[in-house]
Amino acid sequence: MTQDAKTINITLKVWRQKGPGVKGKLETYQVNNISTHMSFLEMLDVVNEDLAVNGKEPIEFDNDCREGICGMCGAVVNGAAHGPGKGMTLCQLHMRKFQNGDTIVVEPWRARAFPIVKDLIVDRSALDRIIQAGGYVSINAGGAPDGNAVPIPQEIAEKAMDAAACIGCGACVAACPNASAMLFVSAKVSQLALLPQGKPEAAKRALTMLRQMDDCGFGNCSNERECEAVCPKEISITNIARLNREYLKAGFFSEFK
Amino acid sequence: MNWLFRTLGASIGKKLMMALTGLSFIGFLLAHLAGNLTIYGGNDLFNAYAEHLHALGPVLTVMEWGLLTLAMVHVITGLTLFYQNLQARPSRYQVTKWNGGRTAGSATMPYTGIIILAFVVIHLFNFHFVNKEGTTIFQIVTETFANPLYVMMYAAAMVIVGLHVSHGFWSLFQTVGANHPKYMPAIQILGLFLSLVLGMGFGFIPVYLSFMA
Ligand code: HEM
Ligand code: FES
Repeated sequence: MTQDAKTINITLKVWRQKGPGVKGKLETYQVNNISTHMSFLEMLDVVNEDLAVNGKEPIEFDNDCREGICGMCGAVVNGAAHGPGKGMTLCQLHMRKFQNGDTIVVEPWRARAFPIVKDLIVDRSALDRIIQAGGYVSINAGGAPDGNAVPIPQEIAEKAMDAAACIGCGACVAACPNASAMLFVSAKVSQLALLPQGKPEAAKRALTMLRQMDDCGFGNCSNERECEAVCPKEISITNIARLNREYLKAGFFSEFK
Repeated sequence: MNWLFRTLGASIGKKLMMALTGLSFIGFLLAHLAGNLTIYGGNDLFNAYAEHLHALGPVLTVMEWGLLTLAMVHVITGLTLFYQNLQARPSRYQVTKWNGGRTAGSATMPYTGIIILAFVVIHLFNFHFVNKEGTTIFQIVTETFANPLYVMMYAAAMVIVGLHVSHGFWSLFQTVGANHPKYMPAIQILGLFLSLVLGMGFGFIPVYLSFMA
């Protein structure tokens, strides 16, 4: 089933920025003989080797697992977070998605809450701060219960698992016209709110996580649905509706202020 | 009461206010459209409708002030959201693309909103803050739409309203947390239907009157 490898030549325009707060710009690189079997990150490796050999600074980009599970990689490629291709991270994107002669523009996630560290690397610690604000269970859950002692319907478990698929890459923020983190927050709130272990703290969690999101300087959700369209884990905006419900319920009907 | 302001002041709280006021406007527009359809009955029917409406007296005044309050909330909150959302991305992308989520309606909400606001002011000066001595509302309306500029402006404004509602209607359900695979498709279809009804229903009236003139 393997496709025949081809090689393509592309024009790469990459955002280069020396550090936080300094002016950056798109640099153009002519990249030749790229195998279509390469992943996007392998293509960047080839470019970087060339830059290093010529005594130039390589392009900095985040990555770790290179198999779509860690959430480290990500860049906006031709206006799409994680590039063309549905339900995949940048490390899973292959060069066969591109044609010979294509111009490819690569930019970092852009949001006030994600300051640029260098080139394509942004500081996503705002997402960690949101988790720290309530994305956990702190009740004493005791020892491991017997199997099926806590009945959870299959459909509910599935929904929680779908939400838990979020790898926290930040593509939703990058793709949102308002740089909102609602899809991320909604996944993190949902995975716990759906399950018995998460329910006792659901109200407080919805309030503290949402307030932390606002404080970090993310935008407001306008239901544009761009986040859902680019999410590598295809997390649905029905989670955002659940977050809205959880938040409004907590704000109006719980004892938490 | 502090908790109330805290709840409403957060991003989802502001969105709730947009959703509830927006839904009220859609209700108002439907009632307004139903009333306006009497204009197809001609001079007498339309004037009779207006007379009945104004016979409500203080009830009408309360409704007018209520509508004004809702409008202030919707406009001030909407502009705040617009401003905050621009702030949230200080440096823009060099290449932007719609990846399948946005629609013409969703991408233009603040702009269509501002145009609607401008239109409402003009509309009130056309038909509300006018001297109605020795004339009838039917006459005022038909005289206004004898001018093709007004016909075009009103018809265009109604297309804009339709665009705003095409996103606004389903969006308000999502905002209050009502998104379920069972009924969301129906809400989305109803939203498109409503935006067509409002856009064409209102928009055709000035066109019709200009042909009658
Ligand atoms: C006929 C009048 C109007 C109707 C029926 C209407 C209806 C709506 C509805 C239903 C929504 C969706 C709320 C949600 O997503 O939860 C909305 C959003 C919005 N409206 Fe209006 N609106 C009207 C006038 C205006 C005006 C005068 C403005 C003024 C500037 C405005 C600005 C906005 C903005 C910016 C949003 C988007 C809020 C967001 O999602 O971030 N609208 N409108
Ligand atoms: S590098 Fe781990 S998801 Fe891409």
